[in-house]
Amino acid sequence: DGYNCRFKMPDQPIPKDAAYQIINDELMLDGNPRLNLASFVTTWMEPECDKLIMSSLNKNYVDMDEYPVTTELQNRCVNMIARLFHAPIGEDDTAVGVGTVGSSEAIMLAGLAFKRKWQEKRKSHGKSYNNPNIVTGSNVQVCWEKFARYFEVDLKMVNLTEDCYVMDPVKAVDMVDENTICVAAILGSTMTGEFEDVKLLNELLMEKNKETGWNTPIHVDAASGGFVAPFLYPDIEWDFRLPLVKSINVSGHKYGLVYAGVGWVVWRTKEDLPDDLVFHINYLGSDQPTFTLNFSKGSSQIIAQYYQFIRLGFEGYKDVMKNCYGNVMVLKEGLEKTGWFNIISKDIGVPLLAFSLKDSSRYTVFHISESLRRFGWVIPAYTMPPNVQHISVLRVVIREDFSHSLADRLIADIVRVVNEMEAAHSTDNTRNPNSSIDKTRHTHDGEASEHSKREMQLGISKYWRRFVHGKKTNSVC
Amino acid sequence: MVLSRTVHSESDESLHSTFASRYVRTSLPRYGARSARSNEAAYQIINDELMLDGNPRLNLASFVTTWMEPECDKLMMASINKNYVDMDEYPVTTELQNRCVNMIANLFNAPLGDDETAVGVGTVGSSEAIMLAGLAFKRKWQNKMKALGKPYDKPNIVTGANVQVCWEKFARYFEVELKEVKLSEGYYVMDPDKAVEMVDENTICVAAILGSTLNGEFEDVKKLNDLLVEKNAQTGWDTPIHVDAASGGFIAPFIYPELEWDFRLPLVKSINVSGHKYGLVYAGVGWVIWRNKEDLPEELIFHINYLGADQPTFTLNFSKGSSQIIAQYYQLIRLGFEGYKNIMDNCQENAMVLKEGLEKTGRFNIVSKDNGVPLVAFSLKDHSEHNEFEISDMLRRFGWIVPAYTMPPDAQHITVLRVVIREDFSRTLAERLVTDIVKVLHELDTLPAKVNAKIEVREEKGLEVTKTEINKQRKFTDAWKKFVADKKKTNGVC
Repeated sequence: DGYNCRFKMPDQPIPKDAAYQIINDELMLDGNPRLNLASFVTTWMEPECDKLIMSSLNKNYVDMDEYPVTTELQNRCVNMIARLFHAPIGEDDTAVGVGTVGSSEAIMLAGLAFKRKWQEKRKSHGKSYNNPNIVTGSNVQVCWEKFARYFEVDLKMVNLTEDCYVMDPVKAVDMVDENTICVAAILGSTMTGEFEDVKLLNELLMEKNKETGWNTPIHVDAASGGFVAPFLYPDIEWDFRLPLVKSINVSGHKYGLVYAGVGWVVWRTKEDLPDDLVFHINYLGSDQPTFTLNFSKGSSQIIAQYYQFIRLGFEGYKDVMKNCYGNVMVLKEGLEKTGWFNIISKDIGVPLLAFSLKDSSRYTVFHISESLRRFGWVIPAYTMPPNVQHISVLRVVIREDFSHSLADRLIADIVRVVNEMEAAHSTDNTRNPNSSIDKTRHTHDGEASEHSKREMQLGISKYWRRFVHGKKTNSVC
Repeated sequence: MVLSRTVHSESDESLHSTFASRYVRTSLPRYGARSARSNEAAYQIINDELMLDGNPRLNLASFVTTWMEPECDKLMMASINKNYVDMDEYPVTTELQNRCVNMIANLFNAPLGDDETAVGVGTVGSSEAIMLAGLAFKRKWQNKMKALGKPYDKPNIVTGANVQVCWEKFARYFEVELKEVKLSEGYYVMDPDKAVEMVDENTICVAAILGSTLNGEFEDVKKLNDLLVEKNAQTGWDTPIHVDAASGGFIAPFIYPELEWDFRLPLVKSINVSGHKYGLVYAGVGWVIWRNKEDLPEELIFHINYLGADQPTFTLNFSKGSSQIIAQYYQLIRLGFEGYKNIMDNCQENAMVLKEGLEKTGRFNIVSKDNGVPLVAFSLKDHSEHNEFEISDMLRRFGWIVPAYTMPPDAQHITVLRVVIREDFSRTLAERLVTDIVKVLHELDTLPAKVNAKIEVREEKGLEVTKTEINKQRKFTDAWKKFVADKKKTNGVC
């Protein structure tokens, strides 16, 4: 049939029910979003919100003139978030900020503002302005590297160490020079969920600024932490309460509890957003200011964010975050009890659990991750960034829709998987205590027979894996 | 910030109908909400406020799709919780994107073998697509200049002054100079001769538009290609072309297949198109296609592993919804080539109906061409009494949103009204619009002209204008304006 070609458009149309069914059936093979424990991004919203999203699918957000209420809702969200972050604005002032498609766009806009401000400053001092750089930790999310590469800014990274999986403020401030457009701190490191010590960074940077007069500002990448810290840890000072923090980004689609597709960036004051970055157009009918990378986009996620704000309110968000935290503790205790794992993530941070194997000589976290897929769980394993690449972790992100019973179930499955691996390797060990998985270590004749035994075992497990994958249905566990 | 107050009644709150609940009695917090509300109340409050937004389908200002079939709506809702960037977790969704890229590349005659994968990516819109394409050109040009030992700090792009704002954004954000070919009266797109003249060794590319935002016209990409090939042969600069086919990319292949504007022309290295314009998908999807792998520098592509497996990523946005990509695939297989052709033919016919209706009034000049994006751009023949902005304002009373705007330099004295014909704009609606425009014209005729215009005319004639006369006219127009504004329609369905 015509649609079978994957490379060319079919020539003839097909009935809409057929088109729907074909696509729906193929998509059954996608993973189940709710079992995807790799992602921070929201995978469930209330049906009332789904209704609002559906009815606004056909509204192009950028038509501010045509959809003034939608625009107004965005402005209210910006104001609410700015106040949540203690922006220094009066009760009736409008905050400076914008909704974006995600934290990537938000970070690029914030970075652009810093770059432009720094260039203006250098030009007015008659100094060179073609070698800007940003100081961050090597634990940054990829969008900072993208920003650096696409917008031609140098990325000066503070490397991690075994005692410190986030950016060390002392080393960061050390790296700051006159070409530094800003220092970027992360609230909620992607790898371990940890909050960086923005307060300490602010203090050290203030001292350095006093000596040098460079006035280097701070940006806080609060993509995941921005909707956690204000509710669970209101006493941690990380936001506009610190004078050097000039802009903050947060993902609405992580702990903002909205589906993928919305982020926010807020600036401290008008002065922190250079005017020449804002464009004014008129061809949709009336003057519209625009400062985003994207132009046309859907309105649904912005409306959904507003829904969540008024539906949950401060108390509601707090309750959700407390639940997430409670479930993290359940998972953590269950895993600690097994005695097989080191817990890498801290208690204070984004609700996630990152853990590594105490003993990785016979099997690794990558094996565990792969085996867990049999049960439907998607749990990623990955290596830490420089200079701790020798450490590999598994990471489970606890979202709003991950209940206590799911946590118990996950623990049981992890235990089962590790037991299997232990059993597989102990039979191996009783015959050959020194054998390893690596075939290339066999060097003399005495081990030739072990070689074929190893091959047989590998052959069996390969067969088993294929059998299991064939049975995979990806339905809810 | 208003804290809600409890109701004194003893009855269970969940029994109250939404509008009886306490939630709709207090004013909505604008800047912070302390306590939670029920989901029905939250839904109702927002839904009711949104009633005051314009009706998307009567918005004739926008190219962006405002209607899709219910089956597609179902697919979109089912995938709303899928984060597109999780390629490992949602391999089928990723596969659908790749198929779309292949289909679109083939539609644009990319020089690919039968089973070869095209080079391209889905984006959130043409803005992102253009920025990615521009980045690729900039990087390639920089590498070339570095290899030749020449300076590479002053890149520029040559385009027409009629470009959409995202080119200006690209230029300003990525520090590339924008060299614009000015328009002139009667010639509202980029002139290929002038464009090629402007090309110098720092030009990273020439950007042509297929479907100018302002009047829907297709630029002559073939002529541009021929002239640029000649110049390249003389200079050896190898300047490439990018075609911004945001609106035209899903029209030209169906209605004007012999028009050569795509990869059939050797200098065209990348093309962007908006899936959410004539790709017939809701706002939120665009596509950029490169001619082949060499046109997309490898160093712009990132590889990450913390979602679990190696993933290449070259987009400005990272996390985003999957719904629009799936909807695009739905449209491509649901309609097929014939389906798209039929829809575009219909749009074209309705544009003709509108155009003829307007010409018959004898009051308008048609600024848009017949061959182009299905839209009608028109201006008043006689500007002495009223202008296009007034017509646009008055049409809102009937529920129509028809924008009026000035042309870019050097044709700023020309103002046009523009009606975009989308898939869901039927012939009956077209005829209705003509009727309403005629009504508006009649009303305007009875209205006194704007005071300034009248004074200008009379001063030219050497007549003196007394102060009391001006005041009288002002009072009269103010009263009329108020009368009209009070009767202004609430933006419900017409």
